[in-house]
This record gives sequence, C-alpha cells and structure tokens, in this order.
Amino acid sequence: MAANAFEGAAPPGAITHPPSSNEYLVDRGFRLLAVCGASLIILLVAYILWKIGGQALPAIYKYNLGFLTSTNWNVAEEKFGILPEIWGTLYSSLMALLVGGFFGLTVAIFLTQDFLPPRVALVFRTIIDMLAAIPSVVFGLWGIFVVIPAIRPIANWLNDSLGWFPFFGTSLSGPGLLPAALVLAIMILPTVAAISQDALHLVPYRTKEAAYGMGATRWEAILKVLVPTAAGGIASAMVLGFGRALGETMALAMLIGNSNRISLSLFAPAQTLASLLASHFPEAGQTEVQALMYAALVLLAITLVVNMMGTAILSVTQRRISGRS
Amino acid sequence: MSERVAAAAIPVGEPPDLRRSWGERRALRSTILTAAAWIVAAIASVPLFSVLYMLIVQGGSRLSLDLFTELPPAGFELGGGFGNAIVGTLVMVAIAAVISIPIGILAATYLAELSPDSRLAGTARFLAKVLTGFPSILAGVFVYAIIVLAMGSYSALAGGVSLAVLMLPTVVLTAEEAMKTVPRRMKDAALGMGCTRTQMIWKIALPTALPGILTGVILGVARVAGESAPLLFTALFSNYWLTSLREPTASLSILIYNFSSMPFDNQIELAWAASLVLVLIVLVFNILSRALGRSRI
Repeated sequence: MAANAFEGAAPPGAITHPPSSNEYLVDRGFRLLAVCGASLIILLVAYILWKIGGQALPAIYKYNLGFLTSTNWNVAEEKFGILPEIWGTLYSSLMALLVGGFFGLTVAIFLTQDFLPPRVALVFRTIIDMLAAIPSVVFGLWGIFVVIPAIRPIANWLNDSLGWFPFFGTSLSGPGLLPAALVLAIMILPTVAAISQDALHLVPYRTKEAAYGMGATRWEAILKVLVPTAAGGIASAMVLGFGRALGETMALAMLIGNSNRISLSLFAPAQTLASLLASHFPEAGQTEVQALMYAALVLLAITLVVNMMGTAILSVTQRRISGRS
Repeated sequence: MSERVAAAAIPVGEPPDLRRSWGERRALRSTILTAAAWIVAAIASVPLFSVLYMLIVQGGSRLSLDLFTELPPAGFELGGGFGNAIVGTLVMVAIAAVISIPIGILAATYLAELSPDSRLAGTARFLAKVLTGFPSILAGVFVYAIIVLAMGSYSALAGGVSLAVLMLPTVVLTAEEAMKTVPRRMKDAALGMGCTRTQMIWKIALPTALPGILTGVILGVARVAGESAPLLFTALFSNYWLTSLREPTASLSILIYNFSSMPFDNQIELAWAASLVLVLIVLVFNILSRALGRSRI
C-alpha cells in the first residue's frame, strides 16, 4: 500500500477533498500506463530496426556491400544485387518530386495568396486533400487503364523523332518509368501542397504587406519575399514528399514494369526497392527472403534518413518563424 | 530642424504616376504568372476527377448486390463478387483499430498532458512523426518477420497488426494535438479542485478533446483501409469466406492488385467495382472525420 501524501491535507467537510488512497493508486497506475504507451513508440521503431536487421544478417554476411553494386537477381544461382532497384527508386522518386513538387508548391501558393475567394479555396483544398485519400492500388489500376494509353502515343512519337536523346531512348510498350513517376507525382502532390501551405501561412502578414507597400507586384511579393521566407518549410515539404515517393509500393509495382535493368530512358521498364519486395516476397524461398530482407533494410535506412531530415528541418524552421526558442 | 529635414525629403515638381500601367513589364509578368498558376491548379485537379469518372463509369456499371454476397471467380468463370474481401478488409481494419487506438491515446496523454517537455516525450513525438512517413511495405516485412514466421502461416491477425503499425502514429499525433487545444484554464481548474492528474485527464481533457481525437482515429482508419502493400505477405489472399483469424484472408485492395493483371475482362470489371467500393469506404471515413473536425471547439 503506497503512502498517501495528501492524507489530512484538507479539513473534513470542505467542498474539495484530497485524493483518497484509491484515487492515488489509480493515478499512479494510469501514469505508468501512459509512460508505457509513449515508450512503446520508441520500442516499436527499435524493434522494427532490430527485427529486419536480424533477418537480413545472413545475407549481409554473405553478400556484403557487393549487394549494393551488383545488378544480378538470380534465384537459381543465389546471386543477388540491388543496384538497378536503387537506381529505379531514386530515378522515379526524383522525377515524381520534380513534377509533384512543382505542382504542389504552385497549388499551395494558389490556395494561400488570395487567388480564390475563401469558399472556393476551401472546395479546391478539399479536392487536393481527397487525392491523398485515394488508395494506392486504385491509382495503380487507373494508371494501367488511363495514364499508360494516354501517354503512349506521345512517348512513342518522342522516341521516333528524338530517339538519340538518352531520356527518350526506348519506346513505351506498356508499363514503364514515366507512367509510374507521373502517378507517383500525383500521389505526393497533396503532401507537398499541405506542408507548403502551412509554411506559407506561417509567414507573418506584415511581411507581405511590407512587400506590397514597397510597390511589389503580386508575383514579386510571392517569389522574392514569401517563398524565400517560407523556404525552410517548403524544403521540408519537398523532402517529406520525396520520402513518401521512395516508399510507395503498390502503384509502382503495377506500373513500373518490374524489369531488373538500369536505363536512362523514361519509357523503359524499371524496378524499385519497394516493388521488388512486393513482387518477389510472396513466392520467395529462404535464401531469397534473406536477400529481400537486406533490400528492405536498405529501403528502411534510406527512408528513415530522408524522413528524419524532413521532420528536423520542419521543426527547426517552425520554431524559428514562430519565434519560440 | 526636423521640419526642415522632412520638407527636404519630399520631391518637388510633378507627383509620380501611381496608377498601375498594364503594359509595363513587371505588371505583364505578374499577369502571365497568375494565368499560369490558374492553369497549373486546373491541371492538378484533373487526376481526381479522372479517377472518380473512371470509378463511376467502369465500376458503377458492374455494381450489383451479388458483388457483396458472392466469392471471387476463378479463371474463365463469369459473374462472382468479392463479399469475402469486404469482410476481410473490415475485420483487419477493426483489429488494427483495437490495437492502435488504446496505445495511441495513452501515448498521446503522456505527450500532451503528463510530461510534454521530457526527453522521452520529445523522442517519442519525433519518432511518431518519422513513422508517418514509414513505407507501408516495410510494416508488412516487419510483421512477416515477427508473426508470420512464428505462426507458420499467413493470417488476418498478422494483416491487422501490420495495419496497426501504420495507424498508430496518426492516432498519437492527432490525439496529442486535440488534447493540446483544450484550454489550460479548464485543466488548471480541475487540478485546483484537488483532482489527480488522472481524474483531470479522464474528466476534462479526454471528453473535451473527444471530437479531435475521433477525427484522428477515423483518419487513421481511412488511411489503413486502403492499404495493400503491408497485406501482400501478411494476410495474403483467399478465395473463401473468412472462418478463422489464423488463416490467409482476402482484402479489397489485394483483390484489385491481383485482378488488375489478369487477362480476363470479368476480373478487370470486378477490380473496378472493388475500387469503387474501396474508395467509397475510404471517402465515407474521410468525410466523417472532416465533419467531426469542423464541430470542434
């Protein structure tokens, strides 16, 4: 029985009364539970790292760093390497960031800088947010039946007339990097737009007024004052959008063509780390599972670093702009 | 002295023309950029409408009551439905909710009320934020390693746990935000009356923050209901009705993934119809959470 520190703290008959021993115990118990809840998040991350790392250990010993630079994925000969997947992951995510980042930032500016009356802006914001709610597989299905047929003629025309240019080096026969990157861009657009909007909202109104007061046009104020002031938040929006693109799985597995090759061409099929896991894991034998765990560990490391960077930039800039220590 | 300085600063002669001249390069540039922004914003809203159009046209044409009561067809079979996949998705989302909501709210009370500035809270908050960007397929890999390998079989349970991993950070972060919006005065008043911290949390903070917490919970549910990557090798798929939580289980998203690559028209049509149902489920949860969020204090 724990000692009750509040015994006799108030006179009998008062409106308030000190916590009874029972309440005191419940309080202790609940606080302990809450500490457990918070610790569980930390333990979960540690356990994830430890478990995936542990499963990958045999493959790490066996293939060492050569795993990262080899281009083979041969189950029969037990030779595994993920260079094409790393290349495909970075290439598709960068293309997606280029397109999705541009559109996302423009939408954020469009929504925050009084281009629309508030009610219409709210409707438009909802449309963009709804994009984030559409499941990844549905985007994949849509990509197969809408995006690929729509861009195929353009892609093949580019290949015919500008085939010497490495980006247009092959024709688009179906799934490929470009449709995957376009769908990926649509999927990260809401993330980039939402975080950029928050960053632009944080810029003090006075700053904008001052720019207008100096005779700046609307776009001079936006491009030379607002965007630079919100640069930290916008940067973290881009980094977090990039992080999302790196880990996105289903739409890519359905659209990228799952081909284990390195190609500069936008129209060639490729493979990403996540789509490699999705397409090989269900049918993998024991040694292949170990190699896949190694690949998962690499993906985990890349996304953890990118997401930590994005989160850190965001909290630093938020603190700086809002003036709290 | 100061009057003389002020007088000297005002230029003499013609006052400058302060009207905006449309032909000037700066003004022209601004107009062009505004037009470009309108076009970009219009293009950005095309995908959503295109997706919705395809869902309604392709999925809506196949919508019937059979879809909800029949099992998926095999190969050349005609007809069929995905009743078992709807049940599977709902069951696994329910498992995820049962696991992640209590833990998430407990963690959130610690982050928001008990010790917001402690090092434990700071670390937990940072990791929860990092986890929101955690690739969903890795949740599947993780649960495969801890549950599927241990149980020796794919199961609804494993699928539910992998969804819980993805749902937890959303619940924690939104519940924390919601509890922080409860006015400090209300909490202080409760503590001043001699409430223990636990009583204050249960009687003041949680009830007042309830709409906000529900918003977060429903948002988390909406997020995981559409997930498929973590289910690929935790729940796998099944062509039969769910009989036990320890068996491979069908889900709408995996059904869409499997059927999208099949060469049969019937399966493709079913994939579109399943997409429509899945998007409707997700959108209903989203709209619900928005409605609750608006009614907040």
